Amino acid sequence: MQITFMLNGTSVTLTEPTPTTTLLDWLREERHLTGTKEGCNEGDCGACTVMVTDQTGHAPLNACILFLPQLQGKHITTVEGLSQKDAPLHPVQAEMITHHGSQCGFCTPGFVMSMATAHLNGDTDYDTTLAGNLCRCTGYAPIIRAAIASEEHPVPDHLHHLALKTPEILPERADGAAPQSSDDLAKLYAANPDATLIAGATDVGLWVTKQLREIATPIFLNQCADLHGITQTNTHWRIGAMTTIAEVERTLTPHFPSLGSMLRRYGSTQVRAAATLGGNIANGSPIGDGSPAMIALGATIHLRMENTHRELPLEDFFIAYGKQDRQRGEFVEAITVPKQPYTLHCIKISKRFDQDISAVCACLNLPVHDGTFGQTRLAYGGMAGTPARARHAEAALTSQPATLTTIQSAMQALTHDFTPVSDMRASADYRMKVAQNALLRAFHSINGTATDLHEVTS
Amino acid sequence: MSAPNVSVGKPLPHDAAHLHVTGTARYVDDIPTPTGTLHLAFGLSDQACGTVTAMNFDAARTAAGVIAVLTAGDLPFANDVSPSNHDEPLLATGTVHYIGQPIFMVIATSHLAARKAARLAEITIAPETPILTIDQAMASNSRFEDGPRIYTKGTPDTALPKSKNRLTGSLGIGGQEHFYLEGQAALALPGENGDMLVHSSTQHPTEIQHKVAEAIGLPMHSVRVETRRMGGGFGGKESQGNALAVACAIAARHTGQPCKMRYDRDDDMMVTGKRHDFRVIYDAGFDDQGRITALDFTHYARCGWAMDLSLPVADRAMLHADNAYHLEHIRITSHRLKTNTQSATAFRGFGGPQGIVGIERVMDHIAAHLGRDPLQIRRANYYSDDNADQTTPYQQPVTDCIINALTERLTTSANYHERRKNINEWNAKNPVLKRGIALTPVKFGISFTLTHLNQAGALVHVYQDGSIHLNHGGTEMGQGLFQKVAQIAASEFGVPVSQIKITATDTAKVPNTSATAASSGTDLNGMAVLNACQTIRQRIADHLATLYTCPADQITFQNGHVKVGEQTFTFAQAAQKTYEARISLSATGFYKTPDIKWDRIKGVGQPFFYFAYGAAITEVVIDTLTGENRILRTDILHDAGQSLNPALDIGQIEGGYVQGAGWLTTEELVWDDTGALKTHAPATYKIPACSDRPDIFNVALWDQPNPAHTIYRSKAVGEPPFMLGISTWSALADAIQSCGPIYADLQTPATAEAVLNAITRTKGDG
Repeated sequence: MQITFMLNGTSVTLTEPTPTTTLLDWLREERHLTGTKEGCNEGDCGACTVMVTDQTGHAPLNACILFLPQLQGKHITTVEGLSQKDAPLHPVQAEMITHHGSQCGFCTPGFVMSMATAHLNGDTDYDTTLAGNLCRCTGYAPIIRAAIASEEHPVPDHLHHLALKTPEILPERADGAAPQSSDDLAKLYAANPDATLIAGATDVGLWVTKQLREIATPIFLNQCADLHGITQTNTHWRIGAMTTIAEVERTLTPHFPSLGSMLRRYGSTQVRAAATLGGNIANGSPIGDGSPAMIALGATIHLRMENTHRELPLEDFFIAYGKQDRQRGEFVEAITVPKQPYTLHCIKISKRFDQDISAVCACLNLPVHDGTFGQTRLAYGGMAGTPARARHAEAALTSQPATLTTIQSAMQALTHDFTPVSDMRASADYRMKVAQNALLRAFHSINGTATDLHEVTS
Repeated sequence: MSAPNVSVGKPLPHDAAHLHVTGTARYVDDIPTPTGTLHLAFGLSDQACGTVTAMNFDAARTAAGVIAVLTAGDLPFANDVSPSNHDEPLLATGTVHYIGQPIFMVIATSHLAARKAARLAEITIAPETPILTIDQAMASNSRFEDGPRIYTKGTPDTALPKSKNRLTGSLGIGGQEHFYLEGQAALALPGENGDMLVHSSTQHPTEIQHKVAEAIGLPMHSVRVETRRMGGGFGGKESQGNALAVACAIAARHTGQPCKMRYDRDDDMMVTGKRHDFRVIYDAGFDDQGRITALDFTHYARCGWAMDLSLPVADRAMLHADNAYHLEHIRITSHRLKTNTQSATAFRGFGGPQGIVGIERVMDHIAAHLGRDPLQIRRANYYSDDNADQTTPYQQPVTDCIINALTERLTTSANYHERRKNINEWNAKNPVLKRGIALTPVKFGISFTLTHLNQAGALVHVYQDGSIHLNHGGTEMGQGLFQKVAQIAASEFGVPVSQIKITATDTAKVPNTSATAASSGTDLNGMAVLNACQTIRQRIADHLATLYTCPADQITFQNGHVKVGEQTFTFAQAAQKTYEARISLSATGFYKTPDIKWDRIKGVGQPFFYFAYGAAITEVVIDTLTGENRILRTDILHDAGQSLNPALDIGQIEGGYVQGAGWLTTEELVWDDTGALKTHAPATYKIPACSDRPDIFNVALWDQPNPAHTIYRSKAVGEPPFMLGISTWSALADAIQSCGPIYADLQTPATAEAVLNAITRTKGDG
């Protein structure tokens, strides 16, 4: 395997690297670029944030769960490359000093990289852009002041040209672990059905950094061009399996604002820029937020093995905890979502509002016609061993008057749908109670009663 | 001779801010290491209590990159990393006492190789029934010290039954993971003749030096410990770095090569101690105005398996059981319980937060009982600003109280009363969302309660070019200590701060230092540096006075110049002249805090030099369907005395508040029934994120000189603001109480789940 990418303006080519070496370890141990820090080694603290540029734009990513083969063709900017030698500091760096945005300083390079990426992208929603950077010293207030102050300053010129400097060299098509298309992948995976498919690595990354597992045969999907992106017809969106959560969020938010609000909290900006919808679904996690949302929207999953394609309703893909309807050598190609009126309510309950795994994720599709519930689809994460529909509760609602009494009967029926477990995120009782109350909250919301904490001001 | 405060009082940035933002600030893991540096990892116990019956390291020893595997039997000298009681072996000696206890260490050629090999060992442990909870420990009388410590003032036993009203309650108080962003780390470089240089991310270099010296069988003079900075400490690096530094030194001695160790985050959270979780039981008597007439507290502190610093932590909880309230009849009983969990350790506030949240809970409970605004109850119980005839429960006179005036100013600036009214009206109109507001005060005692620790040393050199080398025993963990102390030195010499070189804490420059802890860093080290600077300045002044026949007290040092009568020299010229006269331009400085004495057994004395005060008003909103909540606005007025650096002080206040709010809300430590910590990574342990900070966040300094004779009349500011976060929890309780008539009995941490359960209780549905 050969990988070529740009690092702070200089081309780097690596021949036969250990494919599961993380960018963070490589930067610190091979390049002695120690400005990028290891805080958690699992993508939750942002201390290792770097800026990654390609033709689609600039994104902050966690270097600790980014494998070297994922860098192919991209431009990596670390804190060492943010301001040019003998040039003034980048505006976010200067304003961080002016506004006392660093105390111990350990999280600071990661913050600076997230802030610089947001500055370059013109993104001023800092609660979102900085949700993936933890600071234990400052209480964040001075960092936000610095971010706001930096808006006044132009982007340093060299950062405008990063995309133009991404390397042209592509590895040979036959290159083992990095197929270039879904056809390549289909052949490769059929020949190596026990291989590990690596999409965004926000989950597999932890197999390596935390479980210390050896990935004997990794297949990196990042170069499968036709698995990326969203296309639409009159009736459907087709979301390629390698489409990032960030891109799903950008495309679907205008149509389903509640889905957008939930996806904003799916993970940090860094995680959403890496994680893919296909990966989120394929790994079968009972607490991934992508699946309940897609199930509530009536999505279909498209699978492929060699040249055999099949599709099934997404909810049927999940058989039991850790068991999906996916054969050896079969992979997720795409998800299709039918176009529909906006009647979706996504309610994500977690211990912390941002960047936390759901205790319960309720995605409730509640069409109401003439005071009566239509065909409802209620999908929950965190309530069972798989993401699942609440069939009893749906039955209690569908074609019934859209009244509090009906909602209460559905809340009651939900106890027949799920027997949740207790863990460190929430007790079984709490999960059931908020799963029920999610219906009540959606009902209040339909009736115009204020239920959004974020719309309240002092 | 006078020294105008040219630097002191200025809001200068952190001394390393430029290095922080460019990624060039070096932490232990960033120090370039010599070729051949080896890396360590511990193998950990997976049982909370038991006896090791077999250990097989065959697979670990033959794994790629492994140099050696060491167990307790391989250690050459002391096997002890305890900061107190010699009850904490570096590596387990036949028995294990918590899940996460180091049993062996792997020495390998890389960090990853060491971690991988550590998982290949086969350790067989015959398990025994662990003692995990407060109730289990009480039932087994598993404790440190022979029995509970009891402090009493007045006659609570007779005053309680005579009280007009009486309430009892129980408050569970969760612990807290430090979550310093830089995990624990150490690097040991072997020198000639067995000497050892240790770079350690520690708040206590002298302790590291002491433990390393014992572990390699050499006097302390053979071990030098250097600490330039930590990536956060918060108390978590007061004693918890000992194990890594000692392991590195032993491995370096064993192999003759430099050895480095840093914990992976999960290991860090599994191995190291956290804030003590507590239960506080109270029996309060009070009159119809809510004035407390008698109070009986019982504290249960879950200390974990080893003593560490638990005794002074539990003491400090007792010493803050009164917070800002004058109590005539009070007893505090404190049980220090030994459990098969991580050995709980220092954490910002050091027991003070647990003591304070206990009495703030009593205030809220009384208010709910009487149907009053909790602020009325608090004010009715405050110490008086008249400062006459009032003593703490440990009989220290309170002579510097300002809490009434401070509260008055804050309630006015934050418009408390009108907002309280608006919130009540808003809540009446909103069925799902409810708002709440609360003011909580802080009075925090400043000094180490172990009196002999209240000392500090400094070393200052003035070079012949006028540049100044500054060193002292304090460590920099982000709090800005180095900059504040540099401002002091610059002011004494009348030079800009840029003329001062701030240098790493080094046990070879300043010996026998205390931990940078108890908020004392600036108070102690600032005074020691002042002392050293004054010595040198006096020598310069005396020499110039002789040379130019000018009274020494008419020589001034300011604006980079020394004025001698009509003549003016640059500071560099003055230094040069003094050097040429063969006068030393190097001095040590020393300081010890005056006027403190303390008997921790009787619970009587003057443990504190002074008190720091503050108050916060927090407004929150809760979702009564899920318990989710948010801080809408926070107003803080805090007493940092005459601030040495208002920007750094405000930084401590903002950061302390958010950390305190996190402790009481989203930060939940969960252990399972076997004693395994389940929240050992940021995926499961949730410190506040960016959007958790208050929407509106107003912080102001009281900014009046400290009546006590401290450095430039400033006050310590590291820990006190942490407890301002209690106002968040109290505001949540207030919002919850608006949902129903029954006392909601909110516990901590107030996770969304705990808030929803409390709502259920107050409605009487549960």
